[in-house]
Amino acid sequence: MKQDQLKGITRRALLSRSIATWALAVSGAGFIAAPDAAWALEVAVITPDQMATLLQMARDIYPHDKVADQYYAVAVKGYDAEDSKDMIAAGIAELDAAAVAQGHASYLAIGWEKDRVKVLQAIENGAFFQKIRGGLVTGLYNQKEIWPIFGYEGESFSKGGYIDRGFDDIAWL
Amino acid sequence: MVAKFDLNDDSVVVIIGTGAGGGVLANELAQKGVKVVALEAGGRYLPEDYLNDEWASFGQLAWTDTRTTSGDWRVAKDFSGLPAWIVKAVGGTTTHWAGASLRFQDHEWKALTNYGKVEGANLLDWPIDGAEMAPWYDKAEEKLGVTRTGNRPGLPGNNNYKVFEKGATAIGYTKVHTGRMAIQSSDETGNRVACQQTGFCFQGCKWGAKWSAAYTDIPEGEATGNLEVRDRSHVAKILHDAAGKVTAVEYYDKDGTLQTQKARIICVAGNTIESPRLLLNSASDMFPNGLANSSDQVGRNYMRHVTGSVYGVFDKPVRMWRGTTMAGIMQDEAHHAPERGFVGGYELETLSLGLPFMAAFLDPGAWGREFTSGLDSYENMAGLWIVGEDLPQETNRVTLSAEAKDQFGLPAPNVNYSDHPNDVAMRNHAYERGVAMYEAVGATRAFPTPPYPSTHNLGTNRMSEDPKLGVVNKWGQTHDIANLFISDGSQFTTGAAENPTLTIVALAIRQADHIASEMAAGTI
Repeated sequence: MKQDQLKGITRRALLSRSIATWALAVSGAGFIAAPDAAWALEVAVITPDQMATLLQMARDIYPHDKVADQYYAVAVKGYDAEDSKDMIAAGIAELDAAAVAQGHASYLAIGWEKDRVKVLQAIENGAFFQKIRGGLVTGLYNQKEIWPIFGYEGESFSKGGYIDRGFDDIAWL
Repeated sequence: MVAKFDLNDDSVVVIIGTGAGGGVLANELAQKGVKVVALEAGGRYLPEDYLNDEWASFGQLAWTDTRTTSGDWRVAKDFSGLPAWIVKAVGGTTTHWAGASLRFQDHEWKALTNYGKVEGANLLDWPIDGAEMAPWYDKAEEKLGVTRTGNRPGLPGNNNYKVFEKGATAIGYTKVHTGRMAIQSSDETGNRVACQQTGFCFQGCKWGAKWSAAYTDIPEGEATGNLEVRDRSHVAKILHDAAGKVTAVEYYDKDGTLQTQKARIICVAGNTIESPRLLLNSASDMFPNGLANSSDQVGRNYMRHVTGSVYGVFDKPVRMWRGTTMAGIMQDEAHHAPERGFVGGYELETLSLGLPFMAAFLDPGAWGREFTSGLDSYENMAGLWIVGEDLPQETNRVTLSAEAKDQFGLPAPNVNYSDHPNDVAMRNHAYERGVAMYEAVGATRAFPTPPYPSTHNLGTNRMSEDPKLGVVNKWGQTHDIANLFISDGSQFTTGAAENPTLTIVALAIRQADHIASEMAAGTI
């Protein structure tokens, strides 16, 4: 498939292409077909396979089962850019080579998280892994949209602080 | 009414930095009729500008000029370009500080006498003591409006404090309360707004309930007509004459143009990393090792307190971020009791971080489910911070980097720090006690969290009786140059177990009194 044909590929199509070998077996068909998995993920510079790899990597580095894919996608979509495509290509090649060395076809082809984590551990001291991990610390956790999933309430000044909103409401002690 | 002084006016006192030391000194001198030019590297931000958003606020306020790190402290690995989390703004780190305002304990002024010689440490007694400082602490507590001093009530305890207090008392601690805080606790006992329990104390108090020089001492000083604050003015070098007296400072103004301001007296208050850096960057033919450095102690004895955090995870929500960030303290371990396996003591204080900073600081560099399952319980976490006395070591020091330069091309500071075995023993003791507190109230998991980039930066121009052992005398006046003073936490001979701001403020009030009387007497 030519690069320009891949632009605008959906998450659903991307996942079903890239991870079909295990996705049905492990995550089940419901994951791919779920309504919130139907959002479009456009890739302009890097390949859908590479974006799918970054997404899986993001989930494996900071796995939160209650946080939907779209937030991880927001955290890594910035790598779909001219100035990072070579770094991404080289890094994913390194990642896949580590997967092959551990007897897998590729990182994305691995079904179990614990096996993917072993592959990540093989490259975790390298610049590529540290770049992706470091970027996620702000790229993922500084998205205000995910804060409610963790119970965090964010800004409070505009609401008058918590003086009348439960700063001392703990009842179970 | 705001003063404007000429660059060639050599009658002014020039103060470099406007935080707890420089900002207070500037106001105190201005109140006494002394003409002051205060040069501040950062910009001006007031409560309406502060942001209830951790990373955005960090971008607005933090000092992020080029710095490098070395040594075995974990900060050098996790945050290699950010040894300290301090502020670049008018008011300095008093915008960011939590407000904890504690006096030194009497024995801490004489650490060498009371602890004895400790191998590998460079302990020294301060040339002043608790009796000398008591009246200045009184003035500092009044200025800051410290709770539980004067007629000011304590702050109410938030959720995080309630967990902390119950845990501490459950394991037998008794000196537990909501702290001595420079945060207004009632409408009747001060001129500021009372605390609205908003959280985000570290991001600048949007109510102005917490004391900060940015909206108290600075405008009060400006209102006298004796103080001119030039913001976004980065001092590059201090100049001197053939007699060895300092005469002027060179600084880059807000347009990046190099200016020279003449001065009668120069007071350096740029925080413990920038102050020695400036003295070292001001080296000349007469002072090849940097200004005021005949002792070779400039930049040495860098201290940052024994710190660390403990976060406890519970089976039910705590919501620790609600309310005052640090209004909670346990002081039963603050004394000197060497049978614990270390000299000096430590405080435990409540602390919370928002989710974004928790992700960055809970276990920097960690990844995978062991880490993320902790964050999944963020809502059920309680947190505390360790503040203990670390030991001065000659090799823990600020030096000029041979390679790294700042945005003006000036050599950047390198901060080298390694824990002394005493520091490690104290931190481990505090971790164990903090975990025990939380387990006593049902914690299902606890995280002994490593130190953050330093917020308490001390000791690199230390005070000493003997000019060979330190940089400044009991007034903060450099031993070598009579009209050059140090006015920030870099004066600290030792660090004590207490958050340092109240002591920095008390020293600045006292120094202003001394400088004004010496100027009147014509001795400087």
